[in-house]
Amino acid sequence: MEPLLSILIGVLVAASVYLMLARNLMRFLFGLILLSNAANLAIFVSGRMTAGAPPLVPDGLDEPVGVVANALPQALVLTAIVIGFGLFAFALILAVRAYRSLGTLNTDEMRVAEPKEQG
Amino acid sequence: MLLLQALPAIGNGEVIRYVMPWVPSLGVNVSFVIDGLGLTFGLLITGIGTLVMLYSAKYLAGHPQQARFSLFLTSFMLAMLGLVLADNLLALFVFWELTTITSYLLIGFNHDSAKSRRSALQALLVTGAGALALLAGIILIGTVAGTFELSEIRAMPGVLTESALYLPILILVLLGAFTKSAQFPFHFWLPNAMAAPTPVSAYLHSATMVKAGIYLLARTHPSLAGTDVWLWTLTIAGAVTMVFASVMALRQTDLKQALAYTTLMALGALTLLLANSSGYAITAAVVFLVMHSFYKAALFLVVGILDHQTGTRETTKLFGLGRAMPITAFAAALAGLSMAGLPPFLGFMAKELSYAGGVEAVSSPWLVAVAFLIANALMFAIAAIVGYRPFFSKAGKPMKGISEAKWPMLAGPLVLALLGAFFGIFPMWLQGSLIHPTVDSILGSTADAKTLQLWAGFNLPLVLSLATFALGFVIYLFTAPLRATLVSLIDRSPNFDRGWDKFLAGVLASAKWQTRVIQTGQLRFYIMVTFITALAAMAVTMVVKQALVLPIIWTPVTLTDLLVFGLVIVGTGLAILTQSRITAIAGLGVVGIGIAMIFILYSAPDVAITQLLVETLIVVLFAAAALRLPALGAEPLRGRWLDAAVAVAMGATVTLILLMATTGPIDRSLSDFFEAASYPEAFGQNIVNVILVDFRALDTFGEIAVVLVAAIGIFALLRSKPGKDEA
Repeated sequence: MEPLLSILIGVLVAASVYLMLARNLMRFLFGLILLSNAANLAIFVSGRMTAGAPPLVPDGLDEPVGVVANALPQALVLTAIVIGFGLFAFALILAVRAYRSLGTLNTDEMRVAEPKEQG
Repeated sequence: MLLLQALPAIGNGEVIRYVMPWVPSLGVNVSFVIDGLGLTFGLLITGIGTLVMLYSAKYLAGHPQQARFSLFLTSFMLAMLGLVLADNLLALFVFWELTTITSYLLIGFNHDSAKSRRSALQALLVTGAGALALLAGIILIGTVAGTFELSEIRAMPGVLTESALYLPILILVLLGAFTKSAQFPFHFWLPNAMAAPTPVSAYLHSATMVKAGIYLLARTHPSLAGTDVWLWTLTIAGAVTMVFASVMALRQTDLKQALAYTTLMALGALTLLLANSSGYAITAAVVFLVMHSFYKAALFLVVGILDHQTGTRETTKLFGLGRAMPITAFAAALAGLSMAGLPPFLGFMAKELSYAGGVEAVSSPWLVAVAFLIANALMFAIAAIVGYRPFFSKAGKPMKGISEAKWPMLAGPLVLALLGAFFGIFPMWLQGSLIHPTVDSILGSTADAKTLQLWAGFNLPLVLSLATFALGFVIYLFTAPLRATLVSLIDRSPNFDRGWDKFLAGVLASAKWQTRVIQTGQLRFYIMVTFITALAAMAVTMVVKQALVLPIIWTPVTLTDLLVFGLVIVGTGLAILTQSRITAIAGLGVVGIGIAMIFILYSAPDVAITQLLVETLIVVLFAAAALRLPALGAEPLRGRWLDAAVAVAMGATVTLILLMATTGPIDRSLSDFFEAASYPEAFGQNIVNVILVDFRALDTFGEIAVVLVAAIGIFALLRSKPGKDEA
């Protein structure tokens, strides 16, 4: 499954880069979500995949029995998912706010901070 | 005055040194050394400084910013003293820059005049740029010699000249010295700097600051001189500056400008003399240095008096002042005679020694002697124009109703001019206390130092001197026609000053062009640059580290895997291709759920739950926000092939990296620790949860903080009303 997933992550990254380079800020946000997902998956894959063995300690024992899934990447991904969500929510509201102020979602037309050539 | 006390000791060949650590880790000390060279400069600085202070008190009397002027002048004096007494090269550089800054303030003293401001800026930029070169040179010297202490570097003969870095060091140091001392082709700032009040011109731009470059050349002479590069660079730069400046001086009708160019000439002469290592040349350089400071400062102050009393500095208007201003005339005549190089003045000896040094010059005696002959003859003429003509010439209408200046203004020129005459008659006083110790500091011994004497016998230098007088007299008689020819000639030749303006405009234009190219103001452009940089960084690293050699192991894939894979691909495709917001959001939801299924399949139930929750929230948020946003619309496809190419390259690179990473061995020691410690130490059966809330609790705390900050930000953004904070 690792090679297949690697390809899937590549596709997700490509799609997100393409979306983030679009002029419409909404598409940029779509790209942001996809990129966040791709990154989480990449962390997950790097920790290797183990099917059907969640990292749990059975009752009455001190350690899990046999080989269980790598717990560390899972913990990292959990944190990353939540932070990614915070970032996305903030960016989304920024876009809403920008649209309210500027009346456009086209990033090429957002020139308040760096106006076009004035000589 | 403290420096005067040092006179006897230095006269006996001693060196006084004082060290105080400043930044010991970098080898920077505030160390001062008083030897012959430093003392000569120090006495000139303080001595002339005192007279100039006295003079300017009267010259600027009633000026609203007189206090500021005195402050600048005193700061300059301190900086200059530090410069010539510092033994540490870095300390020397600091003082060097301080003189640049105070000079900027003094040239721009009349700050409401655009010309003053431009001249000040020009001087600052030219000497500042040179100083940067000097700093680079100093650092190179430090790395080669292992110390920044000048006295230690001098104690290691050949350490610099035989080093592989000698040429860069020499070029950088010379750049610093040549810009400071206005050597051709960096000469143009000095005549412009005459926009400063006359006392400043007399002090900074003739007697002291512009000699800092000369000082540097003299200081580094023991460590850097003696090579062909040194010899020829200094000879050529000095000779060109000298001849060019003396010709330019004749062209001027403004007395102050004429003096400015003669100062350039003197600096050229000093550079030329320092090119050599012979006893005659170095002795000549030192005598020339001292006597030039005497007569040039005196003449500048005289011109200042003329300007102050008559309101003009034009040589074509100033006549017949000898009767009205007898004392000024006396001082001017003495200084002028010294400048002309007539016996029994100090100038005569300096000239004799220069010829003697020139005749035995290693580079090309013929070239050096002829350059000196031309320059000295012109100098003779200029001396007559400044020191004789305004007072005694009957060529023009005498000015009426002019009164003599007050004594504080007269003191400076008078004392300086008298000193020039005094030491001319009694040269041994100067010789023992200053000249020979200075030669000692430059050459390392007094063995080669020449004796100062008025009558050295009938020899080649004397013949050359006589030729100088004859030629100079002829030039003086034909000043007017010569000047007319020069004006028409010079106006047709390239002008460095205008070239400077073009250069500045060019710098500004290129800065604008850079801003236009780099700061397009387009978000897409910035993102693109970021991605391409990331891509290049990853790709280059992979190639350089040769990470692409492992064979890829294709682990078995189940049908479920394939189904989930397809699901995510379809969702991604929807998000890219659709023009409907709802479809795109749905596509993203599909991707999110697909990924959650991967987490479920591969033993990460907690992650899957979080993923599902967050995915749901995202869809809800997006849907809510979409109500306030316009429809997506079609993205114009123009120019998007590049975006697509970057995107595909990015994806491919990430895939490759992951393939390589998952094929290699994995280090599970941390996971093993968590598995072993989770229950015995933290009493939790779910290892992932234990990691989050126990072993990495601080991270989780940070994560919560991030979400909280985002929430506060969102709240603030939604509350704020549009229109208030826009530009």
